[in-house]
Amino acid sequence: MSEVVVAGHDDHHDHGPDKGLARWLFTTNHKDIGTLYLWFSFLMFLIGGVLALVIRAELFQPGLQFVEPGFFNQMTTNHGLIMVFGAIMPGFVGLANWLVPMMVGAPDMALPRMNNLSFWILPFAFTLLISTLFMDAGGPNFGWTFYAPLSTTYAPETVTYFIFGVHMMGASSIMGSINIIATILNMRAPGMTLMKMPLFVWTWLITAYLLLAVMPVLAGAVTMMLFDIHFGTSFFNAAGGGDPVMFQHIFWFFGHPEVYIMILPAFGVVSQIIPTFSRKPLFGYDSMVYATASIAFLSFIVWAHHMFTVGMPLAGQLFFMYATMLIAIPTGVKVFNWVSTMWRGSMSFETPMLFAIAFVILFTIGGFSGLMLAITPADYQYHDTYFVVAHFHYVLVPGALFSIIAAVYYWLPKWCGRMYDESLGKLHFWLSFIGVNVTFFPQHFSGLAGMPRRIPDYALQFADFNMISSIGAFIFGFSQVFFLYIVIKTIRSGKPATDRVWEGAHGLEWTLPSPAPYHSFTHPPKVTDAEAHS
Amino acid sequence: MARLVAGFVLALMAAGAGADELNMRRGVTEISNAVYDLHMYIFWICVVIGIVVFGAMFWAMIHHRRAAGAVAAKFHESTKLEIAWTLAPTLILVAIAWPATQVLVAMYDTGGEDLTIEVRGYQWKWQYKYLDDDYNSEVAYFSNLKTPQDEIHGRKEKGEYYLLDVDEPLRIPVNRKVRFLITAEDVIHSWWVPDFGFKRDAIPGIMNETWAIVPPDKAGIYRGQCTELCGKDHGFMPVVVNAMPEDEFDAWYAERLQQEEVRKEALSKTFTPEELMAQGEQVYGTYCASCHMPNGKGVPPVFPALDGSAIATGPREDHLNIVLNGKTGTAMQAFGKQLDAAQIAAVVHYERHSWSNNTDDVTQPRDVIEHMGQ
Ligand code: HEC
Ligand code: HEM
Ligand SMILES: [Cu+2]
Ligand SMILES: [Cu+2]
Repeated sequence: MSEVVVAGHDDHHDHGPDKGLARWLFTTNHKDIGTLYLWFSFLMFLIGGVLALVIRAELFQPGLQFVEPGFFNQMTTNHGLIMVFGAIMPGFVGLANWLVPMMVGAPDMALPRMNNLSFWILPFAFTLLISTLFMDAGGPNFGWTFYAPLSTTYAPETVTYFIFGVHMMGASSIMGSINIIATILNMRAPGMTLMKMPLFVWTWLITAYLLLAVMPVLAGAVTMMLFDIHFGTSFFNAAGGGDPVMFQHIFWFFGHPEVYIMILPAFGVVSQIIPTFSRKPLFGYDSMVYATASIAFLSFIVWAHHMFTVGMPLAGQLFFMYATMLIAIPTGVKVFNWVSTMWRGSMSFETPMLFAIAFVILFTIGGFSGLMLAITPADYQYHDTYFVVAHFHYVLVPGALFSIIAAVYYWLPKWCGRMYDESLGKLHFWLSFIGVNVTFFPQHFSGLAGMPRRIPDYALQFADFNMISSIGAFIFGFSQVFFLYIVIKTIRSGKPATDRVWEGAHGLEWTLPSPAPYHSFTHPPKVTDAEAHS
Repeated sequence: MARLVAGFVLALMAAGAGADELNMRRGVTEISNAVYDLHMYIFWICVVIGIVVFGAMFWAMIHHRRAAGAVAAKFHESTKLEIAWTLAPTLILVAIAWPATQVLVAMYDTGGEDLTIEVRGYQWKWQYKYLDDDYNSEVAYFSNLKTPQDEIHGRKEKGEYYLLDVDEPLRIPVNRKVRFLITAEDVIHSWWVPDFGFKRDAIPGIMNETWAIVPPDKAGIYRGQCTELCGKDHGFMPVVVNAMPEDEFDAWYAERLQQEEVRKEALSKTFTPEELMAQGEQVYGTYCASCHMPNGKGVPPVFPALDGSAIATGPREDHLNIVLNGKTGTAMQAFGKQLDAAQIAAVVHYERHSWSNNTDDVTQPRDVIEHMGQ
């Protein structure tokens, strides 16, 4: 370990960033790469958001107004793919790049060149994916879950680009997670034992293992598709002796851990923010670590809860129902710990804290609907309706996304040395909070009343809730443009931030000056009880 | 924020009161009622947990604020508490799992059926086949969306059952155990009747099984939709079931059996060109217009125009060939599996004599049968 640190130290002594574009193309600096990831994630978030607004505009009223059904399907599919693989995942990798080395007292990521590569793959992967929307045959239109045979025998020709794009995203994620694991396991400052690490680092360590385990499965699934489409195999083609249900098993063996890949780092972020603004240490640190690990383990044995309606045998249904319900236990432990951290604290409600509190409340609502969905007989009614759409948006938008936004407000002063404008931040919070609930809460109702998901037009009894939902979506969408404005304003002209930034903040990153120097911790810092969990 | 959350809980309670637009339908079968009760049971458990957890949070946010002079305590762990809030949820989960298991076991109680119907999903319609004891189809027909394009595109006012109406619903008798064998021809679909309390995926190559008994006093029309993304017109393939009193059903079924005889006779008949055009226009409107468009212009390059197309104006063999066998790897399906020879003859004749197409042949059912024989 110490060798790596010394080598890194010699290499980079006194170097500042390169000038101009070369800095960003060739950079191996974890802060630069973190910045690239975060901006990329925001760009994808805006593109995915525009597609979502096309969907919501079409669904504002019954009837077909703006787009044809085939194009509508391309919108839903690409919205899902871009948000999951382009916005949320790179967003968290960006945070990991910026924060993990600073939090464990390392000078940089363990594998800086690979770090550069894993980022620079992404723009190519998404250019490839998005370019299909402009081709004659149209882009992928088979849902982000791309069930065969709709995505094989019946897919538009461009599906091959999609497959290649997914391979590239997978390669990027695998490299990113290897890098994070190597950094956390090898580069911690002396004294930063595993059980002293900040929770954000812990959750990312576990997430990185999840990624390593399931991205190859996804790669396998799309490769089998490729063979079915071009090389005459019949993995998923019933007419040739294959099995379309097998596709779903493989997909969800990747897919369920994937949803935890999108939420575990969020748990980490919130576990950093709530103690700071409660001015009280995180309650139940050890149990938080164990809960995260058990969620990760359970996420491998619940995949078929997405497939209750495919007609599995009774015993299988029962197993997946019970296993899914078990996830509620460690998830509950987390929520209880956050509430106990706030309990008898000395709380203040700056913007990051507001987003973190909204996270706890709204994620829990998503957890409740998750528990309901786990009940197989009831899921026969809920499945593939807007109730599911409401569920996963509650865990992904005020869940994963809010945590990323909270993280940006929380650490931005450390990154750029300037404070954001607190009243603008609060305004952004309230607009987002109202927008998200107006958009997604009514979808519980339309789902229960029987509205299927992924439809461009609907029966008249769903009209009211869809209209409300569309209004909320536009409020939410435009408030994120406001977020962009706030961030740019902060970087350009925010008031200088102090080194500690928040009076209640603990952790090695806060011992650095603001903005954090280009090369930090070139000498391992001393890990004191004040800055690490003890 | 507290008020917002309270608003949501209130709205949810209104939902609990059973308004149709807000909550799951109770449905009409014993199973659907059990599912509804289960749903409400879990829902209220979630509401109670929510009140406790959010209540504690809001209490802390109000009383343990720095602005209110709160001084932070120092505690940061309690093994007793951790054990308590691991065990309590476990018990609650057992209390949920128990009734859920019972309902699920009841749903899997297949067998002892009075009638078996095969439900087959196609892009984008349902086919219903009434099977005899040896699983041969006795009566079979398609059920297509009836909502006119004008209503969908806002040129006409939308009717009461907008998007939930079909040309011919599935008919079942009340008071008898009907077994559904669910499968698909092309991609995966999902057959859902909310009032029966289940949906089941229709998967090519796989036969899924489920059942329903509509109680005698619940005759009526029940509507649902396809719930698995199945391509372009996924939103336009409703499921409509007419649960009929037993005697009415039996009478209807006897009549259908007779019509089958007549249909079989039509295969050997010779029609006038006018009859072919009339019948062909109807078939075209139901089966082909969604892609090739009513005016025959298609949606190039995805769906080719038939007006002036080389195939629709060239040798009839090629035309029959693509309609009967489709073209693998494209959306053009093998209609030979869905339509009988009389319908194929009519639609091919229609396509060869409509818009600017004007060939000099007349296509009769026997031509189609002959072509199929080759
Ligand atoms: C789901 C969409 C769809 C439906 C419904 C459909 N077709 Fe097609 N049809 C296609 C496509 C796509 C092609 C082009 C196939 C190819 O690439 O050669 C095609 C091609 C054809 C052609 C050949 C046209 C040419 O010049 O190449 C004929 C004739 C035809 N269809 C007749 C019919 C008839 C008759 C029906 C109704 C019974 C029908 N189609 C329904 C999609 C459809
Ligand atoms: C208490 C924890 C949770 C439980 C019990 C749970 C349960 C479920 C179940 C049973 C489904 C399938 C519903 C159906 O299709 O019928 C589902 C769907 C989904 N869940 Fe969760 N969930 C939980 C938390 C999460 C989290 C944390 C995320 C991501 C951050 C998430 C994301 C999703 C997504 C994306 C889908 C939809 C997938 C699709 O069909 O497109 N869930 N959940
Ligand atoms: Cu899942
Ligand atoms: Cu469908």
